Amino acid sequence: MSEAAKTTRLAGTPTEGQGIDYPGLALNLVGLVAGVAIWWALTAGGAVGLPPPPQVAARFGDVIASGQLATDIMSSLARVLTGFLLGVILAIPVGFVMGWYKVARSLIEPYLQFFRMIPPLAIIPLAIVTMGIDETPKIFVIFLASFLASVVATYQGVISVDKTMINAARVLGAKDMTIFLRVIIPASTPFILVGVRIGLGSAWATLVAAELIAAQSGLGFRMQQAQLYYDLPTIFVSLITIGLLGLAMDRILLVIERRLTVWQERV
Amino acid sequence: MAPKIIFDNVTRRFDLQDAAFIALDRLSLDIADGEFVTVVGPSGCGKSTALNIAAGLLKPSEGTVLVDGKAVEGPGPERGMIFQQYALFPWLTVRQNVEFGLRIKGEEASRRREIAERFIDLVGLRDFADALPKTLSGGMKQRCAIARAYAVDPSILLMDEPFGALDALTRVQLQDQLLDTWSRERRTVMFITHDVDEAVYLANRVIVMAARPGRLKEIIDVPLPYPRTEEIRLSAEFMTIRNRVWQAVYHQ
Repeated sequence: MSEAAKTTRLAGTPTEGQGIDYPGLALNLVGLVAGVAIWWALTAGGAVGLPPPPQVAARFGDVIASGQLATDIMSSLARVLTGFLLGVILAIPVGFVMGWYKVARSLIEPYLQFFRMIPPLAIIPLAIVTMGIDETPKIFVIFLASFLASVVATYQGVISVDKTMINAARVLGAKDMTIFLRVIIPASTPFILVGVRIGLGSAWATLVAAELIAAQSGLGFRMQQAQLYYDLPTIFVSLITIGLLGLAMDRILLVIERRLTVWQERV
Repeated sequence: MAPKIIFDNVTRRFDLQDAAFIALDRLSLDIADGEFVTVVGPSGCGKSTALNIAAGLLKPSEGTVLVDGKAVEGPGPERGMIFQQYALFPWLTVRQNVEFGLRIKGEEASRRREIAERFIDLVGLRDFADALPKTLSGGMKQRCAIARAYAVDPSILLMDEPFGALDALTRVQLQDQLLDTWSRERRTVMFITHDVDEAVYLANRVIVMAARPGRLKEIIDVPLPYPRTEEIRLSAEFMTIRNRVWQAVYHQ
């Protein structure tokens, strides 16, 4: 193929992720409906001891009407977002410093690798003892989880920036600061965004356990209450809500990621 | 006239675990202003090492490289470099890539645009000025890199196997385009290649290097006139010179 023809074809291809995949969406929907149907069929006779879909739907209606769901969502979201944002905001500069300065990397890395091996949940007893039982320890645990997940991705991103690209900037007259701002930051953006998404996943994963610490509201707290009263529909409501909220936030990040990295060659 | 680039007894060693490896052994070489010099040799002959030292990306262990009589201390915009892997910034469009060096120089927007436009036209990428590198073919990417190097107005172009990753047809096209660009915007060129035909077709002089340790072996003049054409490429004189270079490279 001639160079020009090749380029025209490539330029004519819609950017990845922009076209809507209708058959794919239809299949997603079929899968969802089938899943609910199987759930219904299995629970219809009360055989497995789980609540059938209508009962869970009814409970959804109740907690929405009473405003309890909204309160729980607000408390949980506030915790997740505060912890997650603090974690990511700290992780990005720390990751950059580690990637850029070898001295900083050598100083920080042992701690990072060590704390990565401790599940954030294992920090909870320590957090309660040292921080009490208000919001601080809950947010701290979520913060730690998302920080550890995204700092590694950021610093991997910085150290994997193509050396030839840095040399290209140098021979064009760029000094260290310019290289950092105009080459390192954009080149590592895809890695950072992956780190942010992993961080968000970790934040959600830690939420329920963090709400074990004497919470008064929240989706995780509600589930634990329900567990005491053998209230299965409420547990289902909380689980589904956590799943949906996590999914929605992940999709939002995915859209942002696509926007910021249109320039990337995707295979 | 004083030479543009002088390699004065340049040696470069790399320290390995148990032994020092000599990548380049006492290279001395003068390149005249406006000359097109190609450097050819087997891998490990130190040709890229020599180029990187001239670019200021690598320090010599001994000896110096002088450009316009001044010792090279680091990279500088008067020495443009073109890499085999293009090294374009993928988040910038063709135009923004070409403007990158101008921005660092502190040129104002209108002037940047004007200069970028001129070199984008020169390499024939006018229709792709606002395209991202991922939509370009390999040959177009390299043309963009050439425009980017030219834009900061270097007096020297250092080219490290720039066409090494391209298919044979595109390679021949780009050789002609490079010579065309060079004849209109004359610069001193030091061009590394492992392709004997390419080395002869482009150059005023072919520098043949030998490996282990990397050193200068022979300098072969190419007294063929510019512009070089297909006729020249297929001529008997070309073949004679090509055979001499081939012998020098492969029978070391």
